[in-house]
Amino acid sequence: MDFINHQLFIKDINVHIDPIFPKKTAIITHGHADHARFGHDHVIATRQTIDIMKIRYGDKCAKKFTPLRYGQKYSIKNYDFTLYPAGHILGSAQVLIEKNNHRLVITGDYKVGKDETCKNFKLVKCDTLITEATFGLPIFQHPDPKDEIQKLIRSVKINKNNCHIVGAYALGKAQRVMNLLRQQNYNDTIYIHGSLEKLCQYYSKEKINIGKFEKVSSKDKSFYEGKIIIAPPSALKDRWSRRFPNPIICMASGWMTVKQRAKQQGIELPLVISDHSDWNELLDTIKKSKAKNILITHGQEDALVYYCKKQNLVSKPLSIQGRSDEEIE
Amino acid sequence: MKKFSSLLHNLILTPSRNTKIKLLQDYFKTLDINRAYALAILSDQLSFQFIKASKLRELVYEQVDQHLFDYSYDYVGDLAETISLIWPTNKEGKSQNLSTLIENINKIKKSEINTEFSKVLSGLSNNERWTLIKICTGGLRIGVSERLVKTALADLYNKSVNEIEEIWHGLEFPYENLFQWLRNETLKPKIDFKKLFHPMMLANPIDEEKDFKRLNASEFQAEFKWDGIRVQLMVSSKSVSMYSRTGDNISSAFPEIVENTKGDAVIDGELLVGRNFKPSGFNDLQQRLNRKKASKDLQEKFPVFIRAYDILFYKGKDLRKLFLYERRKYLEKFQKENKTNQIDLSLIIKFKTWKELTKYKNNVHDDLNEGVMIKLKNSEYLPGRKKGYWYKWKKNPKLVDAILMYAQRGHGKRSSYYSDFTFGVWKENELVPIGKAYSGYTDKELLVLDKFIRNNTTNKFGPVREVKKEIILEVAFDDVFPSSRHKSGVAMRFPRIHRIRWDKPTNEVLSIEEFKKEFKIS
Repeated sequence: MDFINHQLFIKDINVHIDPIFPKKTAIITHGHADHARFGHDHVIATRQTIDIMKIRYGDKCAKKFTPLRYGQKYSIKNYDFTLYPAGHILGSAQVLIEKNNHRLVITGDYKVGKDETCKNFKLVKCDTLITEATFGLPIFQHPDPKDEIQKLIRSVKINKNNCHIVGAYALGKAQRVMNLLRQQNYNDTIYIHGSLEKLCQYYSKEKINIGKFEKVSSKDKSFYEGKIIIAPPSALKDRWSRRFPNPIICMASGWMTVKQRAKQQGIELPLVISDHSDWNELLDTIKKSKAKNILITHGQEDALVYYCKKQNLVSKPLSIQGRSDEEIE
Repeated sequence: MKKFSSLLHNLILTPSRNTKIKLLQDYFKTLDINRAYALAILSDQLSFQFIKASKLRELVYEQVDQHLFDYSYDYVGDLAETISLIWPTNKEGKSQNLSTLIENINKIKKSEINTEFSKVLSGLSNNERWTLIKICTGGLRIGVSERLVKTALADLYNKSVNEIEEIWHGLEFPYENLFQWLRNETLKPKIDFKKLFHPMMLANPIDEEKDFKRLNASEFQAEFKWDGIRVQLMVSSKSVSMYSRTGDNISSAFPEIVENTKGDAVIDGELLVGRNFKPSGFNDLQQRLNRKKASKDLQEKFPVFIRAYDILFYKGKDLRKLFLYERRKYLEKFQKENKTNQIDLSLIIKFKTWKELTKYKNNVHDDLNEGVMIKLKNSEYLPGRKKGYWYKWKKNPKLVDAILMYAQRGHGKRSSYYSDFTFGVWKENELVPIGKAYSGYTDKELLVLDKFIRNNTTNKFGPVREVKKEIILEVAFDDVFPSSRHKSGVAMRFPRIHRIRWDKPTNEVLSIEEFKKEFKIS
């Protein structure tokens, strides 16, 4: 496993996984901006991740694209690469790297729980597991997202003169919230911030049920009473959100587990809906992967490293530059 | 309990004062015993004898790995929330009333606390568990002041909040007389005012630029601001009792005051340590604080006295509606009639202009006062921190440049940010820490420091991060004392971050010897 370094770089064949700076060959696990960047020579990813990159950065964001199906093997010299579903967002993948009978899995961001907006996580057995640890503390035990979305629906019913603005990351979380609302038979049009439009259209095109949506426009204030609006978290504090009638500020994120965090961000209705694994799911994945060597990347790695060591697993944190930020999801 | 815990949950997340009031009122509309418990909890008057923070830690360590708990607590920064989240989730039990739950907990025998209280915690939902632990540890910190609770009650029943304020300290659980009066079923509860603690009149910091232009110096009097603790002394022929600023009865810790004071009055003043009315500094006073009793030896070594500056009652007469200069006459009369070695009067400083007052404020010769108080001569004695009457004008703080050494995440509203800073000065080629501060910076500066710390950590000791020694903090502090407990040999009083000195190189920071010399510490 020493063929890959702490930057997820395989020097031998000059391949990077999720590099931050433009590189020759980049395997991209999913379309979030802290993983998928502009300017690589050659991008290897799922078709959907490539589509998403093109939507966000333009058709020419890389010189060459190689789409891979889940489970399809791709070889460079004596390295075999296979992508497996990560259950994080549409198109998200784990990367299995096989070399001389050693199996190494980079999970990328992943969640084990069910999600209609993407292919569900597939467990891949391996010798070395490089796992994320965004929610790597035992306080994070995600509740059923259906119960959380019901909180929103109930609040909309009770507060008829308010509008609900839900902060959700533009790619993945926003569409998941929309899909969860549809699953709970919320059939009204959902209003979205302009920056979500193209991605929502793409999800629709990919036959993900997010229902009817419409971009927010300069309608009369009262029009949005009783409506649900979805916007990126950055827009919540912006002037943008002041145009709405008595907004109740909501946020869909795993961080909302902690009341103090919600309070700090001025969130009135926290919705604990996460696209990452919670503590128990991280432990379960580590166990079931049968890996003896566990490397832990961005997030709360200390507690997870401690836990793995207690289980007699070789474990250490991998500090990948630029990824220690808590705001990332 | 479900209803009360969702009340707290909503209160903590609601920024709007009006919404908070409405939430409180909705809850108080219920007519059963639960609201009495709620009122007791919201005004921090309910606690469980055997269950405090240390007991809760003990219980949680029985449930989860200690290290994993510590990592989590460091991240969350709130004990109640960490425990409630990390507690292994069982099947929730049947939801109980707030009152039933509290009464059941009170029935638990001390010997069975560990098993029985753990059972209670396991039977609750996350949010209920959080609420219960908040009740146990006291001080809810949910952005609801006692005043807001009173306001909600007053508005709900069309009373004035001052009326509630007046009788508040004489009320007791379950507040039947209060609620009956609020509903106009009885007259206002009669309280024996002489036995009661009266909420104190507090001062606002003066804004030198704005206030001195606006305020007319001749309408004000000034006194020195002493660095002791504020007390209210109640003297009658039958008893003498003394209360701290928060209304706690602290008489038993200061027997010399209780034994030697005569007369019939309620006095407001500053408790100080010293002989012959010469105060000897806060460090000495600290030897007498946070004790239930004081030995003869301690009384001899650190004798206390009260520097009186106001009087609320004199021989049963309520003076609070009189003006300050009128009350002062009563205070002087009281002191003349009841001379003791335990009470003297606060000196009134004569001055004509604000400029003239400055030299008293900065009074460098006397280190024992913190500045001056400026009081409107025509001020009634009004509870709370009303604007426009009393001001405090503190001495310029002492300043020193020190190098940021370690950082730790903060608690409460600063949780998750690296906001507790340890800083030091040179000792030969190394740094030695001289203090720790967790306030004073602006929100912007905090973000910059937090980012610097995350990107420049050189070492981790549990939750503490050691950082590159690059950032110079200008630290403001009220005073500094010799201390044998600290490696540097000094202890600062109320250090806070004044600003970040981007302009200064680290080699210009003082050495510990120079620091001691500058602030006259041997």
